[in-house]
Amino acid sequence: MNWIGVKSIYLHEMDRMRRTLFQSLISPFISTSLYFVVFGSAIGSRITEIEGISYGSFIVPGMIMLTILTQSISNASFGIFFPKFTNTVYELLAAPLSSIEIILGFVGAAATKSLVIGTIIICTAGLFVDLHIEHPFIMMFFLILTSVTFALFGFLIGIWADNFEKLQLIPILIITPLVFLGGSFYSINMLPEFWQKISLLNPVLYLVSGFRWSFYEIADVSIITSLITILFFLFSCVLIISYTFAKGYKIKN
Amino acid sequence: MSEILQISKVSKIYKNKFQALDNLTLSINEGEIFALLGPNGAGKSTLINIVCGILNFDNGNITVNNFDIKKQYREARSLIGIVPQELNLEAFETVWNNVNYSRGLYGKPSNNVYIEKLLKELSLWEKKDNKLRELSGGMKRRVLIAKALSHEPKILFLDEPTASVDVELRKDMWEVVKRLKKNGVTIILTTHYIEEAEEIADRVGIINNGKIILVDEKENLIKKLGQKILKIELVNTIKRIPTDLKNFNLELNQEKNTLTYIYDTKGKNTGITSLLSEIKNLGIQLKDISTEQSSLESIFLNLVKESENELDRG
Repeated sequence: MNWIGVKSIYLHEMDRMRRTLFQSLISPFISTSLYFVVFGSAIGSRITEIEGISYGSFIVPGMIMLTILTQSISNASFGIFFPKFTNTVYELLAAPLSSIEIILGFVGAAATKSLVIGTIIICTAGLFVDLHIEHPFIMMFFLILTSVTFALFGFLIGIWADNFEKLQLIPILIITPLVFLGGSFYSINMLPEFWQKISLLNPVLYLVSGFRWSFYEIADVSIITSLITILFFLFSCVLIISYTFAKGYKIKN
Repeated sequence: MSEILQISKVSKIYKNKFQALDNLTLSINEGEIFALLGPNGAGKSTLINIVCGILNFDNGNITVNNFDIKKQYREARSLIGIVPQELNLEAFETVWNNVNYSRGLYGKPSNNVYIEKLLKELSLWEKKDNKLRELSGGMKRRVLIAKALSHEPKILFLDEPTASVDVELRKDMWEVVKRLKKNGVTIILTTHYIEEAEEIADRVGIINNGKIILVDEKENLIKKLGQKILKIELVNTIKRIPTDLKNFNLELNQEKNTLTYIYDTKGKNTGITSLLSEIKNLGIQLKDISTEQSSLESIFLNLVKESENELDRG
């Protein structure tokens, strides 16, 4: 195992975050604050509480998931797309690195960035609402698992994309709608029965639900189902990426 | 001299059906400077990229220091450094960080003393804290060389290293290459500039249409380069070359009106005076005399043309 190589990629990617510190850290702080103003204050004044939890507190897990998902995808996809775009990917391919090692470096860095941002959002949320985490370790577990899984998914998008438009296509057209419709800002119990059933087809619902359970012990679906869903997605991403690297798809051809 | 790189029957067909390499076989000796010449699209860069692991190939075997580049890719790639043709670098990193990053990718622990020495040798030390986007084209080329050498490889690939660089940098680069050779590094370079191959290479290979059409020692090529052709056109045709002129190894053309004499310009005695004097003694009247230089370029072009003709016939 080329651990020095993995560390080099990881630090190289983390250094990109340092160079764009303002954009990386300040923007989630500002967007979280805006969500609280719009959803927490404006809508929260009409929906006082959901399942015994104040609306402001209720939306915190969903907001964190929204940011974690989008940040993990965009960081990892950009991480591998950028060397492809600048043609510097040759040195990754020419180095004695296995595909797993390359993935570990890029995905590890993207997931770390997401975790840092997730922590910032939790701290920011603490300024607006009285935050209470019932199961902090399970919350951390979900946070890490989601960051890694969606960083892997983002990595896959970065390999597939051959222009900036494609890089944004899946996050904007698929991920963001799924997050917004996945119960981030409401409980699916508030929906008509038909739409509740439709919502169960949305994989993000299981993530948000499981994550919310770790905060308040309330969930739209069982915690075990949430866990199985995210693990299934994680292994699917690992398998597809391994296959992609083995075949050299969009990289070595 | 042992072979450090063995390429055996390697083929590569791109998705658009273009055959970049066709059953190509080539061996590179340890410690030599090998120049690979060929026209655009001949397969030079494809070959380099395949050996370095940047491209997949369809058939054949490649070993680097007896390590199979597919099965033992870690050992094989650790021995190789590559300087690509294009000036592809990240814009916002510093020279120092970027060169150290390359070393790290090869699994080598950081070695500030070595990297400092390397940057000084390449006249980059003053620029070590500069961002890569602030550098000139020539400086970027130096950074690419530093990156390729950062993990102390045994084989260095230089893909068109002097394309769009000034004379000074070109000279500096050849100095670096000569120094590396002294340290036992094997260097394989592709170039369009035949003079470069003449100046620096130990052996020269010519590639066209994905096939190697000639590999020879530079000395042999220079010998050919040093030869001149004297054409003596006669007023009247002759049936055969007179026996008195046998020692000159002349050739008579099909029209029987021109004698061809090949001589070495670097030799002490070209034999021209004796030949002309013998011709005069035999009473043969001359119509015209001309000389032709056989350059490496003309050898190269003829070979490429021949290989293309063969391809057309095939």
